[in-house]
Amino acid sequence: MSRVHYPVLERRSGDNPWKAAAVGERRHRSVPNAPLPAGERPAPPLPDPSDWTFALIERYHAAIAATAERFGLDTYPNQLEIITAEQMMDAYSSVGMPVNYRHWSYGKEFLATERRYRRGHMGLAYEIVINSNPCISYLMEENTTAMQALVIAHAAYGHNSFFKGNYLFRMWTDASSIIDYLVYAKDYVAQCEERYGTDEVEKLLDSCHALANIGVDRYRRPAKRTLARERLEREQREQREHYAQQQVNELWRTLPTRPGKEGVAQEHGRFPTEQQENILYFIEKHVPLLAPWQREIVRIVRKIAQYFYPQRQSQVMNEGWATFWHYTLLNTLYDEGYLTDGVMIEWLGSHTNVIFQPPVGHRAYSGINPYALGFAMYRDIQRICQDPTEEDRRWFPDIAGTPWLPALDHAMRNFKDESFIGQFLSPHLMREMRLFALHDDARQSELLVSEIHDENGYRTLRQVLSQQYDLGTREPNIQVWSVNLRGDRSLMLRHTPYQGRPLAEDTLEVLRHVARLWGFGVQIESVDSNGNHPVLLHSVPAPAA
Amino acid sequence: MDAISNFAARYARSREEEMSIDEYLAECIREPVFHHGQGGIRDVVHPGNTEHVRGDRIERPQGGAGGRGSQASDSGEGEDDFTFTLTKEEFMQIFFEDLALPNLMRTHIGENPRWKLRRAGYSQDGTPNNLAVVRTMRGALGRRIALGKAPLRELLALEAQLDALLAQDDGTSEVVAELQRRITRLRERIGRIPYLDPIDLRFRARTQVAVPSSQAVMFCVMDVSGSMDQARKDLAKRFFILLYLFLTRHYEKIDIVFIRHHTQAAEVSEEQFFHSTESGGTVVSSALVLLDQIIHARYPQGDCNIYVAQASDGDNFTNDSGNCRQLLVEKILPLVRYFAYVQVAEEEQNLWDEYSQLLPLCPHFAMRKVSEPGEIYPVFRDLFKKEGVPG
Repeated sequence: MSRVHYPVLERRSGDNPWKAAAVGERRHRSVPNAPLPAGERPAPPLPDPSDWTFALIERYHAAIAATAERFGLDTYPNQLEIITAEQMMDAYSSVGMPVNYRHWSYGKEFLATERRYRRGHMGLAYEIVINSNPCISYLMEENTTAMQALVIAHAAYGHNSFFKGNYLFRMWTDASSIIDYLVYAKDYVAQCEERYGTDEVEKLLDSCHALANIGVDRYRRPAKRTLARERLEREQREQREHYAQQQVNELWRTLPTRPGKEGVAQEHGRFPTEQQENILYFIEKHVPLLAPWQREIVRIVRKIAQYFYPQRQSQVMNEGWATFWHYTLLNTLYDEGYLTDGVMIEWLGSHTNVIFQPPVGHRAYSGINPYALGFAMYRDIQRICQDPTEEDRRWFPDIAGTPWLPALDHAMRNFKDESFIGQFLSPHLMREMRLFALHDDARQSELLVSEIHDENGYRTLRQVLSQQYDLGTREPNIQVWSVNLRGDRSLMLRHTPYQGRPLAEDTLEVLRHVARLWGFGVQIESVDSNGNHPVLLHSVPAPAA
Repeated sequence: MDAISNFAARYARSREEEMSIDEYLAECIREPVFHHGQGGIRDVVHPGNTEHVRGDRIERPQGGAGGRGSQASDSGEGEDDFTFTLTKEEFMQIFFEDLALPNLMRTHIGENPRWKLRRAGYSQDGTPNNLAVVRTMRGALGRRIALGKAPLRELLALEAQLDALLAQDDGTSEVVAELQRRITRLRERIGRIPYLDPIDLRFRARTQVAVPSSQAVMFCVMDVSGSMDQARKDLAKRFFILLYLFLTRHYEKIDIVFIRHHTQAAEVSEEQFFHSTESGGTVVSSALVLLDQIIHARYPQGDCNIYVAQASDGDNFTNDSGNCRQLLVEKILPLVRYFAYVQVAEEEQNLWDEYSQLLPLCPHFAMRKVSEPGEIYPVFRDLFKKEGVPG
């Protein structure tokens, strides 16, 4: 139902804008063990005409906010904005952000979205949430009053509290600076277009985009920088770059080494001495022939890719959390007499569509629906806390029978999809969803049902599903292996296959993009799981100057 | 929209690399990334188990409906089914980019040219409906000021004088009476200046300008003798359609005349032209004679832009080819804008030889050979390319 996009770093402490807050500094309010008592019961429920008005949205928002408060949801301040369908598609095409630099792929995305929308193949998301501080939620103009209430509960309280609470977002993104950075990126790219021509910039961006997914640091957290610092550093880089680059770039080293003083790199005959997972970073730092402005653009693409990295790792948790809370909040409101039956019926209809999980073999089946899985898991955790069975006590001794609000809060804050499923998927839920694992070995003609939802299968099933959400297994593991320093300066990438999965056909094309950035030839080789026996897969010659 | 201009730009580039439109369309909107291909081992969890127990073997589903659907979409292997729609104009723009009509001096003004009225400033006479009111009033105002200024100045001076006299005098002296008479005369004189005079009138002028005809007629001449099989007709048809599309960019109205011939020529409908089968020998000149007749009968004034596209396999009755050349040179080529001959067969026979002699003589005559459908478009581009643009 929603498309959530959230770049972000850490919120800065208010008094000194130049100083980034330490990660642990932000204290969240403690979560109550049980919902706080409701206020006075409203005499008539909130009006429910299908056309909303701003005043009405305010009233719904106030009721939802008060209820969220009672459950202890900790959120950024909310900023609700009403936009049209056209604007919604616009927002889609700039990856959900209100600003972005210009690139044709966004136009493509817009046209594709528009076409699907016009033909009725897809409904637009009811809302888009931006992980910024304050948290901006875009509500679609054509939603009815009931839908606006659903969307406010879902986005402005569900997603918002997830952004603020989950460790991935706290660590990797900075809600308060992302918009500024995008504005800076947009201006810089526009300047480059003016100076060096749109074609040049476009080619460069094409190549960078091809590598964006492997342009992230998976383990090292990016240092937090203010925008001013970012600019200053860029200027410094540009000033000294030209000189420094020619002086110290390992690739240009032609000095004969004195006997007995050979550098480490030459001794091992390999540069870089260790494999590099972040290919864009490696390119930014070590490409011999890029101009300073090109390096900066590589950097911009890399930074933005890094901002989006947490999002890709927490879809189930994030959507599940938001869905759980709109369900809980609106039901509570209904119980307390705020919502009419009409509103309930309407949002429940949408809710049911969103969490529909078609079984395998169904016409609409396309894998596990993250909304359905996430929602079911949070509901299941709630159930384990409130009404544990013997089995639950065995499997989840630490949360069974404890207050559910702190347990859920803990689950939301400290996990990503992979670990969340590995930790909290219960046998009860596996039975309910009738999960089973298929083992698909391309060398065999048949699929094997490896595990099903029974006593012997629970642990493996859970592990398999958890791995399915591990980005490390979903995307091929490709790293920079070496640069041929003595010869043609060609770059060698190394692919370490996971479970014997080969690379797809367009690898060669991506390699061309790498070669365009690198400026010399590029090869890719594949090794076995022990890192031995490299086999050359593709080789691309140096691009013509 | 940006995507469109982008498309055009990339298209231009792609042509240098000789790609087909399809390839190149796919090329320009691809965004390749590293991802897993088919194969290898996949362990995937699916919901909704109804019948399976551990150890069951299932046939691999085709087309990914069940089995690996989720994996595929997760890792971005889904089909990139993106296409966008070009309007007809945009398509034509790209399709015929860098092409121009040769000899594009369409300003052929015949004996009965078309006229168009153009604004041509203002004139002093005209009909009331063309009266330029603002212009007229402006002139009148100027004239009134010019004629009235001097008497008015005099009048004011006299009035001042009179006032001065009246201040010291009782107003009965001769001088005062004289002044009052002069003042009255001046007032009358000023009063007689007409508000609007015939010389003020201005009319919007229009002149007639001869304009080039925006009409064109295209003759499709095709050989339907026994040697022209369906494939060859198809080649010819493709060429005719391209030419027609191209002409629609330049002319508002285009007539098409279909002439087919074997030993005799006949004007036929489009349906008959492309689909009926006839056979027999070939006398190309019969078609050319008919062409000439039709031109004289229907487009006699020469204010119509005439284009001829002839398609044949070049297998003509031997003695007839010289005849054809003669007809072209003397009768037809002087009348037409452009004559394109397409031979849909490889071998060069006497018709080709005869026509070849025309090439140096007539710049608006062109001939090419086509033997594959894929060659049509390049040949077409080649025929109509703008000067100075590399093919």
